[in-house]
Amino acid sequence: MTEASINVAELLIDPAGVPRARAMLQRAEWAGRAFARYDKPVVDAIVGAAAAAGAAKAREYADWAVRETGFGVAEHKVLKNVACSTGIVDYYAGHDYVTPRIDVEAKVVEVPRPAGVVLALTPSTNPVATVFFKCLIALMTRSVVVVSPHPLAKEVCADAARTLGEAAVKAGAPDGVIQVVDEPSVPLIDALMTDDRTSVIVATGGVPVVRAAHSSGTPAIGVGPGNVPVLVDATADLAKAARRIVDSKSFDNSILCTNESVLIVTEHAAATLLRHLKLAGAHLLAPDERDKIAAMLFPGGRFDIRFVGKDASWIAAEAGLRVPNRTRVLLAPFDLVVPEEPLAHEKLCPVLGLVRVPTARRGIDAARAVLRLSGRGHSAAIHSTDPQVIMEYGAAVEVLRVAVNVGNSLGSAGLETNLAPTMTIGTGFFGGSSVAENLHPSHLVQWTRLAYNHDPAEPFGDFVGLQPWHAPAGPVPPYPVASNQRGDRPAAAGGGGQACNPARSELNGSDAPALREQIRRLILEELSQLAGG
Amino acid sequence: MTEELISFASKQDMLAKSKQFWNPDKTQFWIDSGVPLVIDHREGYFIYDVEGKRLIDVHLNGGTYNLGHRNPEVAAAVTAAMQRFDIGNHHFPSLARTALAEALISTAPDGLTKVMYGSGGGEAIDIALKSARHATKKRGIVSVAKAYHGHTGLAVATGDERFATLFLADRPDEFSHVPFNDTDAMEAALKARDVAAVIMETIPATYGFPLPAPGYLAGVKKLCERYGALYIADEVQTGLMRTGELWAISKHGVNPDILVTGKGISGGMYPVSAVLATEAAAGWLTEDGFAHMSTFGGAELGCVAALKALEITGRPEVRSMVHYIAAAFTDGLGKIQAQYPDWFTGVRQDGLVMGLEFGHPQGAKFVMKRLYENGVWAIFSTLDPRVLQYKPGILLTPAVCEELLERTEVAIGRARDDAAGPTAIRRLR
Repeated sequence: MTEASINVAELLIDPAGVPRARAMLQRAEWAGRAFARYDKPVVDAIVGAAAAAGAAKAREYADWAVRETGFGVAEHKVLKNVACSTGIVDYYAGHDYVTPRIDVEAKVVEVPRPAGVVLALTPSTNPVATVFFKCLIALMTRSVVVVSPHPLAKEVCADAARTLGEAAVKAGAPDGVIQVVDEPSVPLIDALMTDDRTSVIVATGGVPVVRAAHSSGTPAIGVGPGNVPVLVDATADLAKAARRIVDSKSFDNSILCTNESVLIVTEHAAATLLRHLKLAGAHLLAPDERDKIAAMLFPGGRFDIRFVGKDASWIAAEAGLRVPNRTRVLLAPFDLVVPEEPLAHEKLCPVLGLVRVPTARRGIDAARAVLRLSGRGHSAAIHSTDPQVIMEYGAAVEVLRVAVNVGNSLGSAGLETNLAPTMTIGTGFFGGSSVAENLHPSHLVQWTRLAYNHDPAEPFGDFVGLQPWHAPAGPVPPYPVASNQRGDRPAAAGGGGQACNPARSELNGSDAPALREQIRRLILEELSQLAGG
Repeated sequence: MTEELISFASKQDMLAKSKQFWNPDKTQFWIDSGVPLVIDHREGYFIYDVEGKRLIDVHLNGGTYNLGHRNPEVAAAVTAAMQRFDIGNHHFPSLARTALAEALISTAPDGLTKVMYGSGGGEAIDIALKSARHATKKRGIVSVAKAYHGHTGLAVATGDERFATLFLADRPDEFSHVPFNDTDAMEAALKARDVAAVIMETIPATYGFPLPAPGYLAGVKKLCERYGALYIADEVQTGLMRTGELWAISKHGVNPDILVTGKGISGGMYPVSAVLATEAAAGWLTEDGFAHMSTFGGAELGCVAALKALEITGRPEVRSMVHYIAAAFTDGLGKIQAQYPDWFTGVRQDGLVMGLEFGHPQGAKFVMKRLYENGVWAIFSTLDPRVLQYKPGILLTPAVCEELLERTEVAIGRARDDAAGPTAIRRLR
């Protein structure tokens, strides 16, 4: 009986949920079709509402992510969650990915055409911030999203995606604008990636995921791993450099692809820098300690994922080492950046490799060597005040962003530099990706160009004020009320249950400034806690 | 494999044999109507004539192909089931029948607790009527004029005489018909308290989908309660998400005593039908479970197909899609109507249940013919040929939806010229 019952169930439920995923894409296709014709004010209202809903749960999701994945630092995740919700929206406030652009001079009109269905693969290391980030930049461009989270962080990511989706729909977005896979699996992700209805894959994760995205046949923006070298020369403000490196390396317990991996310091600067590093909370491992840590982190030469995102004291204790209480980073010295040196590889925990070099030029060579191991195209950092060295570093090291005199974690991610703030770092041709910049909304919109005959005899049309887009008249889609019951009422009546045109009212609603103020307070609070900790 | 069993020299040869061995009148009717369709292979919402002509299916046999032809998920479920099951033995408790019954009840309007199975809609209607008679100990059955509930013994008597008198199957003594949307007439029919049940399609399909007036169905239910009759909701065509809710009757705030489903319930793969009833209406199942039986009723392969079809239909994504598709047709058909207001006179729409009204007594036949030429298969309403039944699938993609609307627009324009022309009547036989 039991055996037979199970068989009946198996006939009916695809364990991988692949058909369900396809249904999500088909719904997304309908939603994307509607969303692609929304006008700017409604889009702004939708983006604002989704971001505010995300920011309001920044702390809850930070705690949840740490609890569910078992790694990272909740305080730091709060910061990222806020930065990737209201932060990102503030940053792009002046941008317009919706309204047609008119170039009278060139006799060209550009009409924005959103990507359509964006498949967002999000990582376990940076789960909620990445969900927020990808969903919001998609909404800015009127694209719809299907989120497929990393299995380790699936619950918090699903909840985060739903929070944004519900807020967006309430603000007027089409039903299904953000959907999420509850039970990610390899066949399911493969089905999503290879489906014609997926317009673009935005993949963040391990090498296999990114590689699969790129080879799926669907346009993909995949970002690979980092392995960040940081060079410090004697011209740098070594006290500041030390503090920035320790803050950055320990940020979120070093699970980001932007956390520093190998510190390269010139002999001239080494002694002073090490003194400051110690003050900032780094513990320099003695050779036997270094060997214990290396053996523990890389048993058989492969990084043990037990240590992902764990703090420095815990790691030291696991290795049987005694370190000062306030230790935030373990400094592991080694001689040469070569493939067989485990500490030269990416370490997703606050253990920082340390290499001394006689000159800055040799330091540049060492940085190139770090990137030969992995992380090409990603990011590097330098602390120096010598433009020649900085220029040579940037021209020689195979990355597409170099954080200068700033921690790389938040520097290359654009949170502490003027790069586009992002959770998705384009690794470009170096890293096998088509995108070289920090992912931003422009990557999800393309433009139809209406190009006139350049002969001056052919006059350019007057497009000023022409607007192909419009605000929805009510919920999209409207609830299907029978035609004999529609009367004069808008089609929104019935069980759909949402008021008409909430988008505009939300935009102009009296409580919007209050909400904004509340979020600002939250950001300040988190920042001060961060500085204090 | 098929070729070994089925092989004809030509389409003409096949049609001749169809007349000789199958149904001469019907075969000739389609030829005369300009719809010489012999369906060969089919996939999704497309059917292909033996000569290769592709048609978008907007008939779907009354919703049988809601999920498209040969839906791959349903096909896979049935294929897998065939490795273990067949029709089954109707006397014994069965895994598949029980699983489907539970699934149906869990999705059903409140109060429905028991499931009885048939192999087709008519049989299910007969079961429903028998159950109502048993429960109330009364014989009278009330249905609406021009109703259609099937061709079996009791079902056919509920329907229009068009299908009953030819076979001497009408039973005016026990089966009365009242005008649709007329609560007073309904009350008059129930007053004598000799009626076991009122049976209503939530939107009468074969009559061209006239829409129930606001409050009408709830009013009928109330009258049923007042005069001791049961309310039977025939949801064979209107159920299964066609109106944007799983069961159309729930949009009217009515909890029926009995609900009948068929057609699309098993994804067009293996025939099965079901009657869902309240505890009171299903009393015979407790009193004498052998009182009604059916060898093929609730065939296990059909139950597996139905479980899968119900699961697909119940997905939140599908409900959302149906709302999108319905809105696309409201919009698209509205635009066509604005072009031909004198000819394309109305759209009766509740979700994806649509009747297109034309300003000619046989209007829908002209449109059907032009649609066919133009790659769309939709059928006129047998009992009101002014109205074309227009029933797109619930999983329709935006691309097919747009294509369908474009083809429809052109066909409606051409049909208008046909209907206005001097040879209009001759063209229609």
